[in-house]
Amino acid sequence: QVWQIRLDIHLLNHDGNITDAASIAGIVALCHFRRPDVSVQGEEVTVYSPEERDPVPLSIHHMPICVSFAFFHQGTYLLVDPTEREERVMDGLLVIAMNKHHEICTIQSSGVVMLLQDQILRCSKITAVKVAEITELIQKALENDQKARKEGGKFGFAESIPNQRITAFKMESAAVDTNDVEQQAEEIIAKADPPSEVFANPVLHTPGTAQIGEGVESSWGDLEESEKEEAAEEEGESEAAALECEKVETEDTSTMRETKSEPIVLSDSEEEEVVILEPQELPRKTR
Amino acid sequence: PPCSPVLSVCPGDTSVLAGLYGPAEAKISKELPDRAALEVLLRPKVGLPGVLERSREQLLRQTCEAVVLGVLHPRTAISLVLQVLSDAGSLLSCCLNAACMALLDAGLPLTALFCGVTCALQPDGTILLDPTARQEQEARAILTFAIASSEKKVLMATTKGSCSVEEMQQCLAAAQRATDTIFQFYRDSVRRRYSKC
Repeated sequence: QVWQIRLDIHLLNHDGNITDAASIAGIVALCHFRRPDVSVQGEEVTVYSPEERDPVPLSIHHMPICVSFAFFHQGTYLLVDPTEREERVMDGLLVIAMNKHHEICTIQSSGVVMLLQDQILRCSKITAVKVAEITELIQKALENDQKARKEGGKFGFAESIPNQRITAFKMESAAVDTNDVEQQAEEIIAKADPPSEVFANPVLHTPGTAQIGEGVESSWGDLEESEKEEAAEEEGESEAAALECEKVETEDTSTMRETKSEPIVLSDSEEEEVVILEPQELPRKTR
Repeated sequence: PPCSPVLSVCPGDTSVLAGLYGPAEAKISKELPDRAALEVLLRPKVGLPGVLERSREQLLRQTCEAVVLGVLHPRTAISLVLQVLSDAGSLLSCCLNAACMALLDAGLPLTALFCGVTCALQPDGTILLDPTARQEQEARAILTFAIASSEKKVLMATTKGSCSVEEMQQCLAAAQRATDTIFQFYRDSVRRRYSKC
């Protein structure tokens, strides 16, 4: 069994060189992360929750940081850390990822520019300087955060937002007066209309089929006057036949009655399909 | 495309970043002939958007549609993208506040402002406003209201857990009290923003 680590990087604003920003954010997130503590005794593995034991950091061997270079005019001009506009018009891009021990972790070249060896060497020297600066910034930030957490100070994203700007405004949490809230609520309830009548008793026909309320009376089979007379005559003749079509495929069912008590189970037969027809109201033409 | 980004931070380090795009040209399949088509996207902090985010998007969309004067911009699309940066409780009301401030900052025509307030009903019956994550877990019910600035009417109410009708009315009354502070905050921040024009 192993741990699976997932790193989600959300891009909030794109003003160029998202590769570098994402690489810094990613490596700092991994360094800052704490995973639950685990103890293994033979075959038995116990995972402790953050409340039981302090979570432990991941083992990070080194911190690779990306630095991007934009080339213009077939390599004549070189810009480090291009902005969005510079990225749009550049000829080629060189990305070097390095750690503070001057080890190159990644080197990628793209675009339509062909680079000379000394250009790449120069870029890697610039990268070494930049990576040293950035790594120091990261270490300081991580230490500050750890100190703030230990001493009980404020930490987190909300604290890191600069609030001295004109576009930022901060207000301390304010108390809300909730003294006569209950009285106000009672008044509202007293004045409100009573809720409409609720049919709270479902009738269970079969597992999975239930009925709440009556529904409108079915108008299927409403007959004209003359036809009704005919049907009445015929029904007298063919009463026996009419009873046949009452229920199909069920052993015993009881007719539905309106009650106001527990939900009624009409049929506990094993049959899947239950067809319930109103007896003796079905017009039958026996011609 | 020009966007007005707004970062909303609610008590306890819950923060949501809102970006509003629009009114812009809409895809033919999505445009409405007489009003603007509003779309809300909510991205969680970790993972891909799931069913919970989708349901929250619909709540937010319906709340925004109630206040935005869409008829002034027919056949356009307004997109509101919300990114959760940290979650320490009361997330939905933080999203509502961020959405309203984004609409305000973008200068969209609105009939009223709105704000979100979360109430947690504890097992012993006390009401907590803007609960932290821990308080939310221990609560018996959590109610979130979106309340409009004109006459403190309710635009949206959603509950998780069970509570009686009286308790809900009490939470609503408490939430309406809290909106005074929030609308004052809106006013002050907008005043500050435009103080040097």
